[in-house]
Amino acid sequence: MLTPKTEDDLARIVAEIDAPLRIQGGGTRPIGMPTNGTILSTSALSGIELYEPGSLTLVAKAGTPVAEIEAALAVEGQRLAFEPMDHRGLLGTTGTPTIGGVAAANVSGPRRIQSGAARDFMLGVRFVDGRGQIIKNGGRVMKNVTGYDLVKLMAGSYGTLGVLTEVSLKVLPKPRFAATLRIEGLADEAAVGALGRALGSPFEVSGAAHLQEGDTGAPTTLLRLEGFENSVAYRGSELQSMLGDLGKLSIDAGPAETEATWAAIRDVAPYHDAKGDVWRISVKPTDAPGLVAGLSGARAFYDWGGGLVWLLAPEGSGVSATTIRAAVAKVGGHATLIRGNPSVGAFQPLSPAVSTLQDALRQKFDPRQILNPGLMTQGRAA
Amino acid sequence: MEMPTPKPEIIAKKAELITRLQEVMPKDAVISDPSETRVYECDALTAYKCAPLLAVLPASTKEVSDALRICHEMGVPVVPRGSGTSLAGGALPTADSVILGVARLSDVLETDYENRFIKVQTGRTNLSVTGAVEENGFFYAPDPSSQLACAIAGNIAMNSGGAHCLKYGVTTNNLMGVTMVLMDGTVTEIGGAFLDAEGLDLLGLICGSEGQLGVVTEATLRILHKPEGARPVLIGFDSNEVAGACVSDIIKAGVLPVAIEFMDRPCIEATEAFAKAGYPMCEALLIVEVEGSDTEIDEQLALIEEIARRHNPVELRQSRSAEESAKIWLGRKSAFGAMGQINDYMCLDGTIPVSELPHVLKRIGEMSKDFGLDVANVFHAGDGNMHPLILFDANKPGDLELCEDFGAEILKLCVEVGGCLTGEHGVGIEKRDLMTYQYAPADLEAQMAVKDVFDVKWLLNPAKVFPLLSSDSHRDVAA
Repeated sequence: MLTPKTEDDLARIVAEIDAPLRIQGGGTRPIGMPTNGTILSTSALSGIELYEPGSLTLVAKAGTPVAEIEAALAVEGQRLAFEPMDHRGLLGTTGTPTIGGVAAANVSGPRRIQSGAARDFMLGVRFVDGRGQIIKNGGRVMKNVTGYDLVKLMAGSYGTLGVLTEVSLKVLPKPRFAATLRIEGLADEAAVGALGRALGSPFEVSGAAHLQEGDTGAPTTLLRLEGFENSVAYRGSELQSMLGDLGKLSIDAGPAETEATWAAIRDVAPYHDAKGDVWRISVKPTDAPGLVAGLSGARAFYDWGGGLVWLLAPEGSGVSATTIRAAVAKVGGHATLIRGNPSVGAFQPLSPAVSTLQDALRQKFDPRQILNPGLMTQGRAA
Repeated sequence: MEMPTPKPEIIAKKAELITRLQEVMPKDAVISDPSETRVYECDALTAYKCAPLLAVLPASTKEVSDALRICHEMGVPVVPRGSGTSLAGGALPTADSVILGVARLSDVLETDYENRFIKVQTGRTNLSVTGAVEENGFFYAPDPSSQLACAIAGNIAMNSGGAHCLKYGVTTNNLMGVTMVLMDGTVTEIGGAFLDAEGLDLLGLICGSEGQLGVVTEATLRILHKPEGARPVLIGFDSNEVAGACVSDIIKAGVLPVAIEFMDRPCIEATEAFAKAGYPMCEALLIVEVEGSDTEIDEQLALIEEIARRHNPVELRQSRSAEESAKIWLGRKSAFGAMGQINDYMCLDGTIPVSELPHVLKRIGEMSKDFGLDVANVFHAGDGNMHPLILFDANKPGDLELCEDFGAEILKLCVEVGGCLTGEHGVGIEKRDLMTYQYAPADLEAQMAVKDVFDVKWLLNPAKVFPLLSSDSHRDVAA
């Protein structure tokens, strides 16, 4: 394993090597087709380089542990609003999640529906391309349209275009209070309808999920509210009267319980101990219940108001990459295999035109095809 | 401003080009009479003008695709144009180019409140997107000040922001999908009515690419329910430093206002003389707006007031009603008009880290004396996006050039303190030659490599974004 201690060292390694490299942050997210190559780890490029709470900005080297960043933010009452998932429980990995890994995989959690994805909070990047050149894009200010936005291009490119060495982030204040509303007993379609009504209200819902089996065993629909305590109480009661026709809503004890509830959804806790392939499917929310119903034999729960389906396909269930790809193709959206054998092609098949563009971009940024080659291999189109 | 020399061999093909274009779209959609093409000679950066060879106004994605394919085959440059409101010269034609205007593509294709999106053709104006959904209580969040006129196509090209992006983000954060036509006529679909487009984030790459990667004809946009209400507080301070510190403290306290606007003394004086909004005469003034129900607003404003009091404001005025809110916003909204009354002005758009506000304002004041030109500052303080307005006299020989030099110095200062050349207006031609101050050659090469992929012949929106010297080798290879 190569663990360069400086950006210059990393650039030199990439420039001089003539074999594929397997790019790794903390190694907690083995998603996609792994490369048979030397591991190039960014873990030694670590540390927060700048944090200005009054400017809502933090700059960190790519290998900085997410936990270190979250701890620094907590001291100032701030947080990463996109709520990155910790994949360790789901994937059985043991490393330390890094901010570079979060950025490279565009990892977002339940608050994506309100605040945005990791890519929406990335203000700037530094990276080393496949030729070993150090490149910067964006910066550390919140509004920046100077030149093309390669920051977004790097977000979610899984190290196939460049090796991230530094990430600048927009951070946000952590609200003083949070609570979760629950409705029990709704079927999927009614639940997604309820979540949609809540998200389409002025009451600033920051989490909207539905579990076919909640803590009590009954279907549970969840809405998270965050802000000042009085405001949360007010919005909670408004939502209760808005959704009163669906049955009784209950509200939890407050911030600690809410944090635990949403951490479990964020980290896909319901599948930690269950066997089977795990798929992450993004569709139009109202398309989700039908899609799930058509894949009988699989288990599912919904985040992002229904727009994100976490699907568990146990072996022998008859639900496979083929049936999932076909179901997604019918409604539009994308599916990624997060846990399971990536030889089926973990990533969404693309249209020929888009595929050509992406291949050409990789050819430009990594002409020798040495950065995680083949990792984002597409599945077979339905 | 140096522009590439128009190619006589392209101009010589004008008649053939007209014939071929008229085969794929109605005759009246191909505009070739010089008296009519002159309409397209500039955008809102009126200092630079050049009539195009032709203009086409396609009315469908198919017509856009056909027009681009023909221009691609004939090697003719194309300048895509939304409504022509760019302040950066983003739609400035060259004499050998075809203007492709999207004005006839203005339909709403789908509205979906359950899933909270609207799909529109991109010639539709920003404000009329909100107009299409406001009856149901919804709105489209990005709100550039030109929103009455500017088109979604231009918003996507420039990744437009607005006063409310501190809370709602800019165009790229609200764009879910596009239909985009590449220069060779290929129609691509990226993203849709779901979150996070598939594969590499091409959506993020296209947004803000200044019309150089493709022509977006349809867009799926996120819509939100309007807040129950919004009210501002106006706070006056006796120094820029204190106002800047107050902005920082508000942000640190955990309130996330929907807007924090900042005006300095020259700007206050000018707007007061023009709009008579009743602003206090002081060094710096903040307008901080929060949203929610009445009680929620009261609670947030009380907290902001408590923070502001620690900074000994010379004036603090909480709005209690719609009328009072309108009065507080009146001066801010008339600021540009007020400056226009005094003189010609150039509006800059750099962004700086919020912590650098006092230092940058002080330096701008010093430079103003050195250059002998007045500057007024009005800007979005929450996100550090500055809009210094430099006053000059367009009729005085040399004044425009002096003003441009001064503007360039301010933008270099923005970069020096850790900021950037442009926060929301785009590079266009205006800031093209300053790009080397922000980016090293390898950084620019990486961006131009993207251009190579999407537009192999470098025909789309020529001479924007990249310094001509930097892009020479790419354009030569393409030609």
